[in-house]
Amino acid sequence: MGLALDIAVTHIRSRLRQTLVGVLGVATGVGFSVMMAGLMEGSQRDFISQLVDSLPHITVSDERRTPPVQPAAEVYADVEISNLSTVDRRRGIKNPLAVISEIEGWAPARIAPSVRANILLRQAGRDVGAVMLGIDPRREILVSNVASKMVEGQLDNLLKASNAVILGARLAERLGVRVGNTITISSSGGKAMTATAVGIFRTGVAQIDDSQLYALTRTAQILAGQTGLINELRLKADNALEARELATRIEAETGYKAVSWQEAHEDLLNAFNIRNFIMYTVVGAILLVASFGTYNIISTITHEKTRDIAIMKSLGLRAAVVRRIFVIEALIIGFIGMGAGFLFGFLMTQALGSLEFRSPYGDATHLPVIYAPLHYALAGSIALGASFIAAWLPARKAASVNPVDIIRGAS
Amino acid sequence: MSGPLIEARNITRVLPGEVETTLINGIDLAINAGEFVAITGPSGSGKSSLMYLLGLLDSPTSGDILVEGRSTAGMPEDERAKLRLETLGFVFQFHFLLAEFSALDNVMLPMRALEKRTPAEMEAHAMDLLTRLGLKEHAHKRPDQMSGGQRQRVAIARALANDPKVILADEPTGNLDTASTDQVFGIIRTLVGEGGRSVIVVTHDPHLAARASRRLHVVDGKLAPIPTE
Ligand SMILES: Nc1ncnc2c1ncn2[C@@H]1O[C@H](COP(=O)(O)OP(=O)(O)OP(=O)(O)O)[C@@H](O)[C@H]1O
Ligand SMILES: [Mg+2]
Repeated sequence: MGLALDIAVTHIRSRLRQTLVGVLGVATGVGFSVMMAGLMEGSQRDFISQLVDSLPHITVSDERRTPPVQPAAEVYADVEISNLSTVDRRRGIKNPLAVISEIEGWAPARIAPSVRANILLRQAGRDVGAVMLGIDPRREILVSNVASKMVEGQLDNLLKASNAVILGARLAERLGVRVGNTITISSSGGKAMTATAVGIFRTGVAQIDDSQLYALTRTAQILAGQTGLINELRLKADNALEARELATRIEAETGYKAVSWQEAHEDLLNAFNIRNFIMYTVVGAILLVASFGTYNIISTITHEKTRDIAIMKSLGLRAAVVRRIFVIEALIIGFIGMGAGFLFGFLMTQALGSLEFRSPYGDATHLPVIYAPLHYALAGSIALGASFIAAWLPARKAASVNPVDIIRGAS
Repeated sequence: MSGPLIEARNITRVLPGEVETTLINGIDLAINAGEFVAITGPSGSGKSSLMYLLGLLDSPTSGDILVEGRSTAGMPEDERAKLRLETLGFVFQFHFLLAEFSALDNVMLPMRALEKRTPAEMEAHAMDLLTRLGLKEHAHKRPDQMSGGQRQRVAIARALANDPKVILADEPTGNLDTASTDQVFGIIRTLVGEGGRSVIVVTHDPHLAARASRRLHVVDGKLAPIPTE
């Protein structure tokens, strides 16, 4: 080992410039890899945590996954039933308080009942469709952070005026509504009322800010035309990552459709997975390309050193020792490049993280970056692995040199 | 020890190819301990080829080579390498020293590969060898800082590093001037017999060959009677 290391170091030392180029290649690859990974996963985590903070973790609605079986079908199993007119069932969750206390009995989560209604907002001749959530402000704070996302007014203002509503910031902008304005709201069932805007919120999740408004439960029930209606339970789980399992159990126990945030954003999470796959592919490619430089160096050295290899083999050095020389050389380049790359990547991540972005809405923000040891370990091991392979091919070839061929040619 | 150090039994070496070339054609010979054997012959007769075979650098197409009575036919390359490292020493026409290493490091190379001495012992032994070959002052020089004769003497010191039983030298003075040739040849002579060591020298110079204890003449890959000069 010592001998191979000595020879390797000597080779590297007498080719400082080439070595430096190789090291720079690996360092650039590793540096950009960890920076990219830190940036991409940082933004992803930031996005998800915003999502998880602003949205309920689980939404239990009065829908069912499968349409109810018609009574006739239950009785006559083999009969084709057609042209049945279905019964118009009463909407909403039956006996919501009992359901809530049942879930509260076992689930590590907080629950708020609400009324969800699709409505039409009318202001200055403009019609905008939106979703009204009828809530109890005192319970709402258990399941959402909207109270802390108010840019104007307060959530409790809902209690201070009749038919008070709080709008998402982008919705308010679209309508040109300010706090204190009155707007006309009509329900899909044809009911209409005049409401007063008492506050504006911004969660940062465009979908919500664009189309959601809050009102008191009672207000929403009036619009829906059904007193006592509760058609949605929203839950905040103690651990957001357990939402999927909780939802499954709630659905099984209550019979109502319970959708976890993961299920609701399946597309988004899939998109993240694809994004990560692309990122890791690109990162892998960068590191692979970086190792081409190493391959080049090692292969040049083995060509220049054919005579040395021949004489070492003729003296009786095993082929494995000869191979080791060149693998060590590549690993030296790989290790130094990796170390420099870690530093480079860390500094670049820091620089990116400290950049300020001023979005047209809201305050100055920083790019969300993270420093994950896993990224460093991954980039480092790929770089070292690639260095090893980059050396192995020329090293194997060099070690298989037949000394007689070289000695005969040189004498 | 009884029996020859190296024994060739009807060895033939044929180079495959479109036209097969027979380098060595059925040679039998034995080199005994303490012998100084010169191999002579016209250019292209197969002297180097024979030496590569005897030195286990090449393998015969048929026949067997025994080193200290051990057959080497079908021996794995790593084992052959170990045998070379332990019992054989090579000197070629070209010195083949590692350019980035000092004379001392070059001489220590085979010892480090063998790992039978401590680092301090290796250095002391290498220094002894260099001193013996008149290179004490040049021990820390790199090959490019030495003359051709000095380099060849370093190569001889390297061949002696692991105290081999046999030294094989292929025209070791081929690149040297007359003075250096005499010096190097004189040194090689003194190596014969130390601890029963044999020396095999390939040379085309009949005067040098005349100083050997035995002379083998190769013509067309076969042993031939020694011509009268
Ligand atoms: N790789 C090869 N391909 C074809 N022919 C070869 C090869 N190697 C050696 N030969 C031939 O084999 C013969 C023996 O070569 P060898 O080197 O053993 O001769 P030699 O006696 O050492 O000659 P010299 O005195 O010139 O060194 C020569 O005719 C040479 O041309
Ligand atoms: Mg020759």
